[in-house]
Amino acid sequence: MNIAILSGKGGTGKTLVSVNLAAVAKNSMYIDCDVEEPNGHLFFKPINIKEEKIAVKIPVVDEALCNGCRKCADFCKFNALAYAKDKLIIFDDVCHSCGGCVLVCPEMAISEKDKIIGKVEKGVSGDVQVWSGILNIGEATGIPIIKKLLDDQKDNKLTFIDCPPGTACIVMESIKDADYCVLVAEPTTFGAHNLNMVYELVSLFGKPFGVILNKYTDGYNPSEEFCKEKNIKILAYIPFDKELGSITSNANIASLSNDKYKKVFAKILDTIKKEVSSEAVTNS
Amino acid sequence: MKIAIPVNDNNLNTDICPSFGRTAYFLIYDSETKESKFIENIAANMAGGAGIKAAQIIIDNGANVLLAIRLGQNAANVLKASDIKIYKANEGLAKDNIEAFRDGKLVSLDKFHAGFHGRGNR
Amino acid sequence: MKQLLILSGKGGTGKTTIASAFIKLADAKAYADCDVDAPNLHLITKWDTKPQNSDYYGLDKAKINNELCIQCDACRQNCRFDAIKVQNEKYIIDQFACEGCGVCEFVCPTKAATLYPSKAGELFLYSNKDSVFSTAQLKMGQGTSGLLVTEVKKQMKSKNIKTDIAIIDGSPGIGCPVIASLSGVDMVLIVAEPSISGISDMERIIDTALNFDVKIAVCVNKYDTNIANSKKIEEFCNNEGYQFLGYIPFDFNAVKAINEGKTIVDIDCPSGDATKEVFKKTMDILLEN
Repeated sequence: MNIAILSGKGGTGKTLVSVNLAAVAKNSMYIDCDVEEPNGHLFFKPINIKEEKIAVKIPVVDEALCNGCRKCADFCKFNALAYAKDKLIIFDDVCHSCGGCVLVCPEMAISEKDKIIGKVEKGVSGDVQVWSGILNIGEATGIPIIKKLLDDQKDNKLTFIDCPPGTACIVMESIKDADYCVLVAEPTTFGAHNLNMVYELVSLFGKPFGVILNKYTDGYNPSEEFCKEKNIKILAYIPFDKELGSITSNANIASLSNDKYKKVFAKILDTIKKEVSSEAVTNS
Repeated sequence: MKIAIPVNDNNLNTDICPSFGRTAYFLIYDSETKESKFIENIAANMAGGAGIKAAQIIIDNGANVLLAIRLGQNAANVLKASDIKIYKANEGLAKDNIEAFRDGKLVSLDKFHAGFHGRGNR
Repeated sequence: MKQLLILSGKGGTGKTTIASAFIKLADAKAYADCDVDAPNLHLITKWDTKPQNSDYYGLDKAKINNELCIQCDACRQNCRFDAIKVQNEKYIIDQFACEGCGVCEFVCPTKAATLYPSKAGELFLYSNKDSVFSTAQLKMGQGTSGLLVTEVKKQMKSKNIKTDIAIIDGSPGIGCPVIASLSGVDMVLIVAEPSISGISDMERIIDTALNFDVKIAVCVNKYDTNIANSKKIEEFCNNEGYQFLGYIPFDFNAVKAINEGKTIVDIDCPSGDATKEVFKKTMDILLEN
């Protein structure tokens, strides 16, 4: 059972929710797909970490075989190849690893080598398996790292996938295998505007979903209005609470250190489980 | 020698463009024949690697020298591999920069900014 | 014209809240929203006029003409992005996964697979005779937002508004759109959040910014949510030699103001007052020679 937690906007509480739900669920898994700014491990502080480097393929030219025809440079849509003074110059950072240059070269002068773009760390924290993807600074895409994280997850465990913010391809990759999506929204105009974006994304992908209204206060809540307008299931309201903010800003897991929050997140988990099983019944 | 300058328009009174990879045109000025040629920079609208492609364009047009306000590392690597000398230009008219170069007033450009990557996945 | 870029690394730190306040305080005549994935600045900066729209095309995408397809499977086998699938006995290309590399077009024996220009987003340009606001929206699932960010900045400059400063609201993260927004700016103000996550992300964004010839300054927003961490950030800046410009308190009034479409300096509130101080210091650094 894979539950993806996402938000259109950063800072709404995706990690707060995913970390706390994983902690309060017994024997679960937490996967951090926000590979540019992974934060879950700061809360879980996992141990027994196994690290795997993630690489993509980059072209390498055998200068003895290269005849300067430039078919490779002309083919490359990403301009990762240039030809200057009888030498082919390859730009590793610009290359998308499509393998096209290898195919087009009439002399078979191009082969491929690995370039490390980041890593996957798998560890454990209490009874939670904690997997994080980390993209090296300056690398263009984290998709290969997310693919590795999700492909490796073959367990039947209840899994919480902490997604990157926004709706770019990296987010789509993270929710591909999700059985249910939890959208976290904050009560500001910005939050509602971005909730709309991510609502469109999960709808497009046909994923069942619900919303958690975080930092909930009295007064006008544009995100709540949006949910009511679109008839979206509101899974929970997490009230704005300085105490919760303080615990979280110190990278502590509220549902473990605080009885009140243990109950809050246990209840949310229960609601989600009920939603997911009723979805399964509806769709079977 | 052929001097290349990134410019905004394809006329002789044009200003220099601060960007190299995304400039609209390149002016190639031949200091011997005194002729000016304008080349459309097809790299300008490419999704990524614009600096690299733009460098390829001026190499293929026989440039020996580039006058530019700023330049990315990737483009600089291509130009240097072709022995093209790079000088730091000033904002303003392209022709003023050519004159300044001829009078020996321009210094070599040694600082390059990080290359941009072709895609934006967050 | 000096360009100020506001970044954060982590999302939700208050970049747009602060950027909009700065725009108000500076009475800025040129500003842009480079968070093309999730633009928000237009929700605060009110323009009566309709913007000029233009389509933004990123990389081409591939499509398969099933009438020409002989189902040889060469395209699917060579696609590195898992973008080609067989559905209902037809070969189709996932438009989100496709990266426009052209390999399928190259290997296809019947010209069934071809590339076509794909609209990846839209640019919006608000302007009148003395000011300009440039923004854009990337379509869902698109990449190449570095180019769109560059277009947003180019668009802003295209109106040639005579002004001393331009303010750019940046995007979160450390990737391509951030790198594109850093190009050519004179100063970057990093809005940091005093949480462990926020500090970690601030450090990553500074690492990215160091590749550029740009003045770096930091301020802490919502500082009173964790005073110890806030002090750590100030210490870090002092040790590393980055300008530390001050603390802005957490303030419910900020939420109210934003929800009413106002900036925090349009109302009387603690976060607005603190922002005014940070603004003054930022301008001093930006405009000094």
